[in-house]
Amino acid sequence: MKRLWLAIMALLAAALCSPPLAAQDLLPPAPYAYKQIADPALEAKAQTLMLTLRCLKCQSQSIADSDAPMAGDMRHQVRTRIAAGEDPEAIRVWLIERYGDYVSYTPQLKPITWPLFAAPLIILVLAALLLRGRFRRSKAAA
Amino acid sequence: MIAELGLAMLWIAAALAALQLVAGCLALTPKGGLFMGLVRPVAIAQGVLVAGAFAALIWLFLSTDLSVKLVAGNSHAAKPWIFKLAATWGNHEGSMLMWVTIMSIGGGVVALVEKRLREETLVATLAGQAFVSLGFYAFLLLASNPFQRLPEPAAEGQGLNPLLQDIGLAFHPPTLYVGYVGLSIAFSFAIGALVTRDVGPAFARAMRPWVLGAWIFLTLGITAGSYWAYYTLGWGGWWFWDPVENASLMPWLAATALLHSCSVLASRGALKAWTVMLGVVAFSMSMVGTFLVRSGILTSVHAFAVDPTRGSFILALLAIYIGGALTLFALRANTVTEGARFSFVSREASLVFNNVMLCGILGIVLIGTLYPLLTEAMGVKVSVGPPYFNPVSAFFAIPMFLIMAVGPLLRWRDDKAARITWAVAVPAFLAAAALLGIVIFAPAVSVLSALGLALAPALALASLMPLRGRNLRRTPLPIYGGVLAHLGIAVALFGMASESAFSTEKLAAMNPGDVQQVGPYAITLKGIDPVAGPNWTALEATLAASYEGAAPIILRPQARTFSNPPGNRTESALSTRWNGQLYLVLGEEAADGRWQMRLWWKPFAPLIWYGGVLIALGGLLALVGRVARDVKRLVATDKIAFRRTAQGR
Amino acid sequence: MSAQAPGKPGPKKPGLALWLPLMLFAGFVVLVIYGLSRNANTDVVSAFIGKPLPAFDLPPASDDRPGLATADFTKGKPRLLNVFASWCVPCAVEAPQLAALAAKGVEIDGVAIRDRKQDLAQFLAQNGNPFARIGRDDLSQVQLAIGSSGVPETFVIDGRGVIRYQHIGDIRPEDVPIILRKLAEAGA
Repeated sequence: MKRLWLAIMALLAAALCSPPLAAQDLLPPAPYAYKQIADPALEAKAQTLMLTLRCLKCQSQSIADSDAPMAGDMRHQVRTRIAAGEDPEAIRVWLIERYGDYVSYTPQLKPITWPLFAAPLIILVLAALLLRGRFRRSKAAA
Repeated sequence: MIAELGLAMLWIAAALAALQLVAGCLALTPKGGLFMGLVRPVAIAQGVLVAGAFAALIWLFLSTDLSVKLVAGNSHAAKPWIFKLAATWGNHEGSMLMWVTIMSIGGGVVALVEKRLREETLVATLAGQAFVSLGFYAFLLLASNPFQRLPEPAAEGQGLNPLLQDIGLAFHPPTLYVGYVGLSIAFSFAIGALVTRDVGPAFARAMRPWVLGAWIFLTLGITAGSYWAYYTLGWGGWWFWDPVENASLMPWLAATALLHSCSVLASRGALKAWTVMLGVVAFSMSMVGTFLVRSGILTSVHAFAVDPTRGSFILALLAIYIGGALTLFALRANTVTEGARFSFVSREASLVFNNVMLCGILGIVLIGTLYPLLTEAMGVKVSVGPPYFNPVSAFFAIPMFLIMAVGPLLRWRDDKAARITWAVAVPAFLAAAALLGIVIFAPAVSVLSALGLALAPALALASLMPLRGRNLRRTPLPIYGGVLAHLGIAVALFGMASESAFSTEKLAAMNPGDVQQVGPYAITLKGIDPVAGPNWTALEATLAASYEGAAPIILRPQARTFSNPPGNRTESALSTRWNGQLYLVLGEEAADGRWQMRLWWKPFAPLIWYGGVLIALGGLLALVGRVARDVKRLVATDKIAFRRTAQGR
Repeated sequence: MSAQAPGKPGPKKPGLALWLPLMLFAGFVVLVIYGLSRNANTDVVSAFIGKPLPAFDLPPASDDRPGLATADFTKGKPRLLNVFASWCVPCAVEAPQLAALAAKGVEIDGVAIRDRKQDLAQFLAQNGNPFARIGRDDLSQVQLAIGSSGVPETFVIDGRGVIRYQHIGDIRPEDVPIILRKLAEAGA
């Protein structure tokens, strides 16, 4: 069964995030799944947040890029809360409380992720160490 | 018969590869002179045989020979020939045969034309190439035979998944693939040079055209893949920092760094060990990328031919080759003499900084891609996405862009910063003015987009500066190539920044007759009709799009339903203008009978891909220039040799 | 063979730096061997286990069962909360196991995700109705609030309304004893 699933996945090079046809619900999408907030500033806020939240039913997509019904329900949730004046980061925290860090494409700064944030600096330090004393003094400057 | 012939050719080629490896190793022993002459002809014969095997597989697919398991499983008699051809490599076995084919033809061509290297180094290179291909021959012949027959011919082929029946498949995978595998030649050169401790300008010159060629294909492959995803996925995104995308970006970054360090080594004899290291890393990244994609170890939207068992096989090959090469490097790099030194303000120094920044991006892409796996091993699931990759790669990319503007103007070895003040001041002023303009007139634009928008025009201007004061008709092609490639970076950067800063999105539920405004376009829904294609049915929206009141153009996005195998796919409708792209998607029918439409206006978005094409064109110019010069030199030396023998008689 | 380990020998002691790429590569190999050997488990586990159910009050999803609210879970006895839908095939597969649990006296409440009344009625008629109450969650709001990422999922809720255990996917016959044990633990 697992092999079969892998075989199917193999064929979906540009697979859309659509569950099998047999398991499609018949309810219309949530009101704010495909509807923007009237205020463009709030909609922009919601859009920025939605692009950084991971769709839980998909292979690797944000909820802003997915047609999965659950992603639609999450968009509805995000848009209604932002329209009600909630802070985007508060919504992210709310979701992380329920699904763990997995749900957020923005890694949160905590002990387990600090190497991720230190990586650029470590790379720079390594490069500096390797380049130390490599240059000869310029004749032109002298 | 053709299938058996192909398989036979493949086995003989594998045997020749083994012979090539043994003869190469023996030739490098003190008394091995006897074997020296054997390696080149064997490499050429190996290339010819594998090309024959690949041609046989293509023939089987084009003629739809259903007695062959691979053809029956992946093709269908009633398909256009282009998709039959694409089906040859649209599967695991065929793509592995393609891998070996490119590798061995590359080796054969090296054996045929390369005359600059010391013969020992060349023989070591070809032995290394044979060593690498042997592993892939084993994989192909023992675990993924493309020529396997069915006990009974199938009545009809199973066809290629409709989702893959797109012109994108005919173009994107093979292009990327040629790039991936082309880097194996650079890898072999690096091995050869390490074995004989012969790392010098001749090595860099011999390797450079191969790196350039592979890099051009990688650039085109990534550009095509990004555009394919952009119009197929139907949400207007063009880069998601998905593991599979990152897997294609990493070899590109390494190859770009290698290309630049090669030119330092070729011109100045410096950065020896570093260039060899990059030669190893570039192909390693290709193999790591292939492994990440095929093993399914990381989840991706673009999953392709996923199979963990094959993943283990690829991992074993990867461990042998990369591990072996890195061990050889650690043992030998010490004995590689240090190259010519240079001052802090010099062309070399700028290229070193460029390399550091490129490798910095490579490092964080690799770390960011693997990090979720690392934390999972510690029991925590995390996701690393655009909010990490965008700023962190910009942290390296922005200094790199600044150096890119200055570097090509500097002289080799030692230069005075004062000499290029004006050539730098003009673009710098342009960037500052642009940044000020954005801050005043478009304060809502994010920091990264603002920096991109401000830097891009300055970078475009700076990229042309190396042509200043030159006789344009006498300027060598490689200089034009560099100018064009850097210009392409600026163009793509502008497209990316503009797309992210100024895109407007409109989600609307529309009745026929309704009008929606998105950006400068007024969009009228004319109607929704069912249409049928060869293996799908679809709902098709007819929309009239009018640009600022001009005569409307008709666009027809579709929502397609495929029957066998079942699946849905949106077909977005795009309209490209010089200043942007209109992107329309048909969604589902809402409860009240209106139709969900997704409309985007993306100012200057096509520049992202035009930029990619420009970069590849720049590479092509440089390649043509270099190869033409090499050919001229080759012909000249041959003439001299011919005259000498003629006179000798 | 990460890129931050360039192979350029430092001027003083190049030895160690040259082995760095190999060591990093070895780390990579170890990591991916772990990755290949792990069960390809794409389940997203709720981070809400051990926390009290959030406040909700769902309308009834079917005509013969009442709706579902948080207050229904704070009556002193552990209960199962089954997140399901009529359009979900594994939900039909797990129906006999739910029936077996109900037969053992386990009280089960359902949350129907994105479901229509007529579809649900047909589903219950076909697969049996082990539920005491069924709440109707058309916007997946309760599902999101308890950290459930798909259907079916089954939660063990103790008598004070605290989530004790989450079972992801359909309940197989071999899972029934585990769930009974978790219920007993939650009741203790």
